[in-house]
Amino acid sequence: MQFTSSSIGRKVLMAITGQAMVLFAVVHLLGNSSIFGWLSGGINAYAVHLHSLPLPVIVGFRLALLVMVCVHIWFGIQVTIENRGGRPQQYAVKSTQKATFASENMIWTGVLLLAFIVYHLLHFTFQVLYPDTAALKNLVPLHNEMVPNVLGMVAAGFKNFFVSFIYAGAMVVLFLHLSHGIQSFFQTMGWSNDRSQPLIIKFGSLVALVLFLGYVTIPLTIFAGILKG
Amino acid sequence: MSDHKTMTLTLIVWRQKNANDPGKFATYTATNITEHHSFLEMLDCVNEDLILAGKEPIVFDHDCREGICGMCSQVINGAPHGGQDRTTVCQLHMRKFKDGDTIYIEPWRARAFPIIRDLIVDRAALDTIIQAGGYTSCHTGGVPDGNAVLIPKPIAEEATDAAECIGCGACVAGCPNGAAMLFTGAKVSQLALLPQGKAEAVARVKNMTAAMAECGFGNCSNHYECQAACPKGINVKFIARMNREFLKAQFA
Repeated sequence: MQFTSSSIGRKVLMAITGQAMVLFAVVHLLGNSSIFGWLSGGINAYAVHLHSLPLPVIVGFRLALLVMVCVHIWFGIQVTIENRGGRPQQYAVKSTQKATFASENMIWTGVLLLAFIVYHLLHFTFQVLYPDTAALKNLVPLHNEMVPNVLGMVAAGFKNFFVSFIYAGAMVVLFLHLSHGIQSFFQTMGWSNDRSQPLIIKFGSLVALVLFLGYVTIPLTIFAGILKG
Repeated sequence: MSDHKTMTLTLIVWRQKNANDPGKFATYTATNITEHHSFLEMLDCVNEDLILAGKEPIVFDHDCREGICGMCSQVINGAPHGGQDRTTVCQLHMRKFKDGDTIYIEPWRARAFPIIRDLIVDRAALDTIIQAGGYTSCHTGGVPDGNAVLIPKPIAEEATDAAECIGCGACVAGCPNGAAMLFTGAKVSQLALLPQGKAEAVARVKNMTAAMAECGFGNCSNHYECQAACPKGINVKFIARMNREFLKAQFA
């Protein structure tokens, strides 16, 4: 049987692509946290730094992310359809002992995250949703040159309750998805046993919580007027 | 038994004539049940009443009634084997219930386990998985010396933990995906841990997981309901070990 059609093989591919995206989420949060000013020039300087990377690196990185998202979604949908068929008739009484809301709804939190990623890219990467505040159209001075005003774009976006609400809600969904996904990675890769598993489950939830709190702080502080654009 | 308090229970039981019958729930009243009855003895009482009334008794699987054979297989109030920790249905006692309780009794539900009748399902798919590699090939002949092959005690104990599986299929019944990963994981691990099983470890994990998929079992999504359902307390670490064996086999 082919690796990509086997039960464990497909899950391993989902686990690896999922974990790679978790690593991306960590790096993305560290980069975004420059908005709080630890980097000279803030998030605008960080954006300039990212865009000054060689083009093949940027394109390669984006392509790799796209491939990972696609593989993760493709196998996610495939195994979910198979799994729904694994028990065609449900029990009259539902009695779950260890399954959680997060573990039972991975497909739906996944669908919501995909919708959010599309919205997020249209908002901040392609900057087509709110063209008036698009960073690429509003240049500001930084170290004697004119650079896109990322801070202004982010601040303008999150001052809107509706936008902040979507981002905060999406981060709740991300927390749910990762609280099951991170510990699942270790189990699927076979890197857990009875002694390590309880710790891994806690570790996964902790990482998911830290990412949630980290990400949600940005729209929250801007909406509350603590962080100003 | 007159000095014992008895219970009257309402049973809502899945009745299905054969694999093609859509099946439906039927309601029965169990009377004169004491806390000393096992769950199966309670069903025996109900069946005696049904037979006396000229009705079809409830058909269910059972054999040893000691909790070691793996034949009994009922989902009670949504939990395989009734949800008591490390207990098969036959070892579940009526002291766990109260007078006046309503109890739902259903068969194992999984695509790979077609219902034969009422509460009996066909678990031959588990045999198919075993036939795909759940054995070691060895020469018959004289009995080998007991301590000729040395096995460290922790390894021997872990293999024995995996070997506790009685093949009842509760893991499949408890899994929302109808997956047989805990069963297969226990068998793969048990053999892969021991020197006698290592020789065929690569082919075994590939063939047994392939058989698992061909039999119509779902995939694991790490809910760990299987471990909660297992009357022998088989740990999901054996699924992780099988995943490890499977990945190792890709490079062998």
